Order: sequence, then structure tokens, then C-alpha cells
Amino acid sequence: MPVRVPSLPAHPLHRLTLDNGLRVVLAPDSTAPVIAVAVYYDVGMRSEPAGRTGFAHLFEHVMFQGSAHLPKLEHARQVQGSGGVFNGSTHLDYTNYFEVLPAGALERALFCEADRMAAPLLTQETIDNQIDVVKEEIRVNVLNRPYGAFPWLQLPEVLYDTFANTHNGYGDFVDLESATAQDAAQFFDSYYAPSNAVLAVGGDFEVEQATEWVQRYFGRVAARATPDRPQFGEPALTEDRHAVVVDPLASTPALAIGWRVPDPVDDFTGFLPYVVLSELMSDSDASRLEQRLIHRDHLAIQQAMYLGLFGDPFDARDATALMFQAHHGSHISAAQLCDAVDDELQSVAAGGVNDSELARVQARIAAQLLRQADPVLGRTQSFAAGELIHGRAEFATELPGRLADVDAESVAAAAAELHAAHTAVLELKPGAGA
Amino acid sequence: MSVEVTDETSAFALPPLIEARAARAPRAVCATLPNGLDTLVVRRPTVPMVEVRLRITLPAANRATAAATTARGSLMSSSMLFGTAQRGQEQLANDLAAVGADLSVSADADRLLLSTAVLRTGLSTVLDLLAEIVTSASYPSAEVSAERDRLGQRIAMALTQPGVVAGMARSRRLFGDHPYAQTMPDPAVVAGLEAGTLRRTHRERVRPYGATLVVVGDVQPATVVRQATSAFADWGGPAGRSRVLALPDFDPVGITLLDRPGAVQSNVRIGGAAVGRSDLDYAALKLANLIFGGYFSSRLTENLRERNGFTYSPHSGIDNAAAGSMFLVDADVASEVTARAVHETWYELGRMALAPVTQGELDLARRYALGTLALSTATQAGLASTLSSLAGQGLSPSWLAGHQKAVAGVTVSDVQEVSRRYLSVSSLATVVVGDAALVEDSLLSLAAVRAPE
Repeated sequence: MPVRVPSLPAHPLHRLTLDNGLRVVLAPDSTAPVIAVAVYYDVGMRSEPAGRTGFAHLFEHVMFQGSAHLPKLEHARQVQGSGGVFNGSTHLDYTNYFEVLPAGALERALFCEADRMAAPLLTQETIDNQIDVVKEEIRVNVLNRPYGAFPWLQLPEVLYDTFANTHNGYGDFVDLESATAQDAAQFFDSYYAPSNAVLAVGGDFEVEQATEWVQRYFGRVAARATPDRPQFGEPALTEDRHAVVVDPLASTPALAIGWRVPDPVDDFTGFLPYVVLSELMSDSDASRLEQRLIHRDHLAIQQAMYLGLFGDPFDARDATALMFQAHHGSHISAAQLCDAVDDELQSVAAGGVNDSELARVQARIAAQLLRQADPVLGRTQSFAAGELIHGRAEFATELPGRLADVDAESVAAAAAELHAAHTAVLELKPGAGA
Repeated sequence: MSVEVTDETSAFALPPLIEARAARAPRAVCATLPNGLDTLVVRRPTVPMVEVRLRITLPAANRATAAATTARGSLMSSSMLFGTAQRGQEQLANDLAAVGADLSVSADADRLLLSTAVLRTGLSTVLDLLAEIVTSASYPSAEVSAERDRLGQRIAMALTQPGVVAGMARSRRLFGDHPYAQTMPDPAVVAGLEAGTLRRTHRERVRPYGATLVVVGDVQPATVVRQATSAFADWGGPAGRSRVLALPDFDPVGITLLDRPGAVQSNVRIGGAAVGRSDLDYAALKLANLIFGGYFSSRLTENLRERNGFTYSPHSGIDNAAAGSMFLVDADVASEVTARAVHETWYELGRMALAPVTQGELDLARRYALGTLALSTATQAGLASTLSSLAGQGLSPSWLAGHQKAVAGVTVSDVQEVSRRYLSVSSLATVVVGDAALVEDSLLSLAAVRAPE
């Protein structure tokens, strides 16, 4: 008998748009005396021009290098010295900055974020310093380790055609090393306009007070032109694609498969069954691929199927992908694994999904969404991303219900589409060939 | 004009910090069940979920069996969910997923940890399944044999990660033949394990005495204690010895260099003895660690990353284990600046030990320590993991309030005193994994270079 799936506690949302175009979402919630502030800029790796690969990420680092009223290192000191934590991250379609703090530090956090939205310090000295830091980040995460950034850095080259979708978002060292303060100023001017950003505030605060502070600190950021947002969608693959990379540091082979999926924003209803399908296929020990590839046929050491290059189905616009990856022994071929994955898709497409299996998957999805929503930062980020990507912060609170409404027929139909679709396959082979 | 200037100044003055209402201290309901299982329940209904942690102590009995204990613990943890007396692997997985649970089992040198989140409505199911697992995990031979091969391959993969290799080299340097040197199971020992060995070990070692069940979330504590009492009624066994072996002394002189030809980066790992959470010096050491390298606003980050660009994410920390606590420093640095990065790290350690920190540095670190403690216990998952970890060291939830008070009272001279004792370069061992052809000569200008243990 399926359990009753509890729903997300309701968080009232308050929205305003400042005169300079900044969209603001306030989500008060007094369950704990903590607050989160998140600023999402509508520019990511996909907006980088040729010759400037990695620039969106480098610029994210530079945004921590001081601003008009906060010298270098002072942003970190203000947040941490208020008892909070901070970070930033660069995605395909946006770059975000966020902090979680004791509730009494809200005004200070808003001041700090507004100060760098108005005027970050963009000097050649700090840019050169952060180029060195980013190169070490790339070495630690990609170059000096086996399976570095596999497959998010390599599979797009097989799956897509345009520069926006295929280029290295971490950046080529040649491009990084040539970045100048003038490039940074231009990038900031083009993409970091307040009207190209969303501010979300969550946690323990009074709406009226927070509104006054937001107006005071962000209201004085000068309005600038909102950049045009290019479309990054690509037509479906017209043939199967296949590529091989050799990883001299790896000990065993790995495989990645990518499928194009419906537009996650414009065709949201068509996209949702793929979310449920990826969970049914790969989440938890009970999933189809875990049972087939690990427990029954012993084809893989570990497996994962997920939506989006970074595993978040809802943080990218079109084009996005369903991804599969596995590590496997040398005695297993990539073709064996591809056939088994396709066979499982075919089985869902033809045999369908029974009620108890669908109920299990829905229970897991609900549990994961509830767990993400417990920390104030998780909630606040989902409101900001919902507002930026989907145009509605309410997206975050509606999502559990929308996913719970996905029925067995649409999951089977999604599996049938994937079974029929062309794939992009990338094999990683261990060896000294590179 | 002056009015404008005043307006401008006040508008841009840094806003004040307002004293937030204090976080509610977790009110834990504690009960020792008839079978000896310590149970800790906290009502925290922020979302309709429950976090569950079942910690079972499992230390190596002696030095001679350390390698075998590590290998068995590792294979046991990855095979424990392959079925019980009542249900097979798939049925167990289905029944857990049906209540939204994703149970994981992990092992380290001190304990086994069964950990999950579950929908509020499924807690009693999860407690029943946990009890079934600890009393009757079946370790079916064919499945264990397949998992043994996968584990061997996962170990082989881990051994190609430079960070893993560097951590192992440091552990061998610090712990010698103590079980804590075994941070990774020996593939040869894993290859020789049989399902029968796991079944026997499970019967002998997976016992309620010394184990702790932590439940945090949208629950009524009294109900949970009743459910747990009934669910775990058949889990028994005599109170076992869980003696922890004392940590050995180590020789801190010289830099261990482990050659990794072709490496484009060096992994610098430093470590030495520290004090644990129950020690009077712990609060001061925690703040000394923060000021040195424990958070972004630290001297180490300012020096290595923000001034010199040698590294992406240098950090230091205190690792608390049952046999003792260690002070650890990690930095992955560009090959060509390896010796300079070691030198700067030593310089910052020396500065901590020899000169007082500023009151400003101390206050910043103190507010960070208090604030992040509140943040980390503000979520169901964070609180459950914190309480379980405290229980692993024999500490009750009240330690949190006492620790906050201790942090509030630390002075500049306290920090210098603990730094002199625990952050002195002369008492810390340094390990470097990197391309010896590129880094050895320059490291020799700092200290003697020694071969890995």
C-alpha cells in the first residue's frame, strides 16, 4: 500500500521589482533564526564568446575581489564575521552568489551584495591573481585527476554543435591567461545589470523591513540596458554519435550517453515525465538500472542517470539533456552497456510502469524535494532559480505537485521517445595514449 | 554640501549586526532501550521528514587485525542491504523506497553508520527494516562475491585519485601500524573475503551495546521511543568490549615525498596531534584553527590563494576520531611553487605559535564559529549528523551549549597557548605527493626529504 506523501509547508512569497529592473522575491519563514540571500545573474557559460572560454566562471571569482566600499577579502570577512557562510557558482545559464547568516545580519548581507552589484573592483592585479587560482581549480578538478569533470566537460562536444553548447566552460588556459580588466568591465556592463538579475531573500525577517533595506541598498544601483538573451536550443540529433577520450590517469573505463530532451521551460509539461523517468531508471537501489546493471547482469561498478549536465533538471534552459554515466570493468564493452540501458528504456516503453513502482518513485521524489527545502538556503535558491529560469518563484512550491501528477503513461511515452531517439555516446578509455 | 556628504556617508556605512534571537537548543529525549541501545530523539518539524542515524561501534581489536577489520567493515557496509531473513535485496530496496528512504551504510575505523531520511509517514517502516537488517542481514554468497569484485575496482579507482593517495600517505606517517593508518581497504585482503566471514563478523560485532540511534524531525519523541523499543526488541547480545587503541607517537622531522610522475599539481598534507571535543582546550584550538586556515577569512587562504595564487582551496581542520583528534592542513598547489607553498604554510603556522593573533581576528573567528554552529544544527539532517557524531565520542547534546559558552570565553592568550602546543611546525608531519623531478630539489632547501612509509 503506498504511503501518503506529505507536502511542502507553504511559504508565502512576496515579490517586487525595483525601478532599476531588479526582480526581488521575499520568502519569510520564522522556523529558525537564520536568513539566506541569493543573487542570480542571467548569464552563464553559454553566453561566453569565442576566445573567452571560462570567462563567466573567472568573473564569478572576480566578484569576490572587492567592491566600491569593501576592499579585497572584506566581503568574506563581513559574511563570515557575521557568523555566516557564502559561495558562488557558475552554471550554463546563470551565475549565482549566496550567503546564509544569523537573522541579525540580513541588512549587512544586502549591503554587501548590493555593493558589488553596483561596482565590483575590477583591477588587473586581482584578475591575474584569480586566473592563477582558477587554473589551480581546473588542475585539482580536471587535469590532475582521473575522470576529471567527466562527462560534463566532454560529452557536450558530442551531443551538441554550437559553440555556446560545446565549448569548455572551465576555460582553456590560453583564453584565461589573456583576460584583462577591460574584458571584465565590459562583461560586467553587459550582463550584470540589475534588470538582468533576481534577488531572493528567505528566512526569519519582517517583509516590510526587508523591503525597505532592499530598496535602500539595491535601489541605488544604476539601471542599465538589459542584454538580449540568445536562444541556445538545437535541433534533435539526426544520427547516432560516438566519440572516445583517452584518460591516462584512469584505471577502468567509463561510459557516458546523452539524449536530447524537450525544452524544460517552454515545454515544461512535456519535460516532467523525463524527470520521473530518470528517477525510476536510476535513483536508489530499487531502480531499474541499479537492479539490471549492478545486481543482475554485473555490467557496471556504478551507474547514474540524471537530467542536466550537473544533475539538476531545473537549472538550465533549452538545450538540455538526459545523461547516463557508468564506470565499468575492462571486460565489459561500451556496446554491452548501451544495449542494456536501451533495453531497460524499451522495457519501460513497452511494459509500462505499475502503480506500486510509480508510487515508490513518487515517494522518493517527494522525499528529496522536502529534504532540499529544509535548509533556508535550499529554499531560497529554488525561489531564485524558479524566478530566473521559469519566470515564477512559485515554480519551486508547485513543483512537487506537478511531479506527483505525472502518470505512468507519460513516463512510458518518454521512455519510448528515448528508445527511438539518436544518442551521443562517449567512451572514456584508460591508457597512456593521450 | 556637507548634508550631502553626511547622507552619502550614512547611506554607505556598513549596517550594524542585530542580535538575533538565540537558536533553540535541541531538546533531546534520551532513552536507553532494554537491549542497551541508546536512543536520542529530537522533534524538529520544519519539513514532514525524519532523519535517522544508527551508529554501531566497530573498532579494530588490535594492530594485527587492523587490515582485516578495515576490509571486512568496508565489504560489510556495501553488502549489508543485500537482503535479510525475510526479504531479498530487491524487496528490501523497494520497501525502503516506498517510504521515500534511501538507506546508506558506511564504515570507518571506529564505526558502522546506517543513515537515511524518510517521509514522516514512513518512520515506523524504516525502524522495522533497520531492526531486520541488524538482526538478520543475510550476505548472500553470490551477491557478496559480485560486490567484492566491484569494491576491488572502486578501490583501484580511488587509488588513482591524488587526494586519496596523499591522505593515505599522511595517515601512514602519523599512525604507523595503528588501525587509523588503514584509510583504504587493502585490495588483496578484500579479494580474500568470504560471505561467511561477513555473516560471522556481523553476528559478533553488530550489537546494540555502544550503539546509538538518533532520530530528528517531524516526530513525537515519546512515540518514537516506543516504536524503537518494539522494533529493536529482538536485537541483543552481551555488552562487548569496544576498547580503542591509543594513538602512537610519530616522528615529525622531514618531508615525506611520494613521487607521482607527470603530476601537474602537488598535494601538500600536514598533520599532528590535537585535542578532542571533551578537552578544555578544544574551543581555543577550534578558533586557532579557524584563524590559521579553517575558513575563507583565514591567514592561510589570504596568503596561499589571495596573495600568491598558489592554490584554489587551502584549508585546515580538526578531525575528531574515537582514539584521538588530529590537526590537519591540506593544500593542492601548482608544481612549480610547491616548496614555496610549504614554506608559506610553515611560516603561517610559526606565526600562530610565536605571536598573538589580533583581537579582531579572534572576534571574527568566534562569531563565525558560533554562527555556523547554529546554521549547521538548524536543519534536520545537520542536527541528526551532529548528534550522532557527538554520541560517537560519548558526548550528549548538552555539549553544544557548553561548547558555545567555551567559545565565547576564549582569549587571545588562550589561542596563542594552544597554537604553541598544537600548531608548531616542529610537532607536525608534512607529506607531499607530486612530481619528484619537479619538486624534490626545492623541498630539500626546507628540510630533509624522506621516503613514504
